[in-house]
Amino acid sequence: MTQAWIPSERELDRRDVRRRQRLFSVLVATVTTLTVFGLVGAVVLSSPGWPTVQKTFFDWHHAKESFPSVRDGFWINVKLFLICEPIILVLALAVALARSARSAWLVPVRLVAAFYTDVFRGIPTILLVVLLAFGMPALGLQGVPNSALFWAGVALVLSYGAYVAEVFRSGIDSIHPSQVASAEALALSRSQTLRFVVVPQAVRRVLPPLLNDFVSLQKDTALVAAAGIFDAVFAARDYGNYNFNYTPLVVVACFFIVMTVPLARFTDWLQRRYAERERAGAR
Amino acid sequence: MTDLTEDRPLLEVEGLRKSYGDRLVLDDVSLTVQPHDVVCLIGSSGSGKSTLLRCLNLLEDVDDGVIRFDGGEIADPRVDPRVVRRRIGMVFQAYNLFPHLTVLDNCALAPRRVHGVPRGEAEQRARDLLETFGLGEHVEKYPDRLSGGQQQRVALVRALCTRPDLLLLDEITAALDPELVGEVLTNVRALAEAGTTMVLATHEMSFARDVATKVCFLHQGRILEEGPPAQIFSDPREDRTRQFLRRVLPA
Repeated sequence: MTQAWIPSERELDRRDVRRRQRLFSVLVATVTTLTVFGLVGAVVLSSPGWPTVQKTFFDWHHAKESFPSVRDGFWINVKLFLICEPIILVLALAVALARSARSAWLVPVRLVAAFYTDVFRGIPTILLVVLLAFGMPALGLQGVPNSALFWAGVALVLSYGAYVAEVFRSGIDSIHPSQVASAEALALSRSQTLRFVVVPQAVRRVLPPLLNDFVSLQKDTALVAAAGIFDAVFAARDYGNYNFNYTPLVVVACFFIVMTVPLARFTDWLQRRYAERERAGAR
Repeated sequence: MTDLTEDRPLLEVEGLRKSYGDRLVLDDVSLTVQPHDVVCLIGSSGSGKSTLLRCLNLLEDVDDGVIRFDGGEIADPRVDPRVVRRRIGMVFQAYNLFPHLTVLDNCALAPRRVHGVPRGEAEQRARDLLETFGLGEHVEKYPDRLSGGQQQRVALVRALCTRPDLLLLDEITAALDPELVGEVLTNVRALAEAGTTMVLATHEMSFARDVATKVCFLHQGRILEEGPPAQIFSDPREDRTRQFLRRVLPA
């Protein structure tokens, strides 16, 4: 058992074959990637309108000029996202739990939750933003902020809360009944079962669609521009209107991409970690 | 089913080695399976029985050694594992039925999608086999509706529906309560008597004694002893085998 193992000729040959197979797939990947991107690039660059498009959308001078105001506006998008997202998560989970409540006492809560998701998923987000951002301050309510930005944020929370609640609910529904049975057999109460057994598993399962909604929200913070709030998109359009150049919009697009990519990688990492820990490489 | 010549082994394993990181799971394992053989792998948990079975239908890459199936080397990375698996059936300890498909669809999936059997024929074949296995009334049900023993018998039928030349059974009764073990083993016994070639890992010693044509005792990744059941169970050569049998056989 303990003597050193020397791979046989056959095994060495197999390793060689596997290495060549790997090399071949890297080669295929490289060639196809270069070909596809090369073709797309060639088609765009050789199109008749490319010089004009380049001047109006990809102008280095305008990109540099507009950068500071776009960056300042983008800070509003980032803040909106960072503040809204945690609230959405809490609200959505609460709504999802309310909808899966079984107790007779909680029937009104269940109805309210169902009504909420139906209504707020049905209204286009941009409409909700405009309605709340213009309408609510006009009410002149006491004790709450009356800025358009605040109410635009509320609109995003309400709209996304309804979406994310459904994501959570589908996750909760997907947990096998045997899990609930074994939790109940340990004498856990219904709420303990949800809290310690069902929800943790459900959250893991819905992580990818949840991320989808996060990214979507990051982008939809741009909708507040419709309510006249000076975010990145509004700043870019403002610059464009004065200088007859759309390059700032491309700059904004880059900002958004740079913000969403790390989140995507983070979720990938999180998923891999769960898989390694809980499935122990089983297949 | 392809014609199998009686004089050539259906499966030959030589010097098989498999490790996970530093842990050596199979060490220089050699095994020959003739057509119509029923080979029982016995040994304590962690002795490598399941890994050996998973290597045989290429669910695991081996680290060294040869696996020849019907004369052809299959552990070679140039071999398409799906071509090999078309001819080998496997049943798992935890049934692994597809919960979103009915019993019938579970059984007809591979014949239709992999083997290109027309739907009507695949379903008829599945129905006939399910009927033979006493599952006729459960054809349209979903797996979660059935008892463990019934599910495992469905899994057996699912593996048989592709008419494999070799059947691998990985402790298929280990997750069942004793009452249900019998019904599954009755089915397996019938298959053995009908001449199905099988390699099975099992903890059911009396079953192995009755049905096996050859018993292999695995210990720490090696086949320590192999022979006809009569010899292994009544007159084992190795001390380890004797100790193991003393622990698992009722006195």
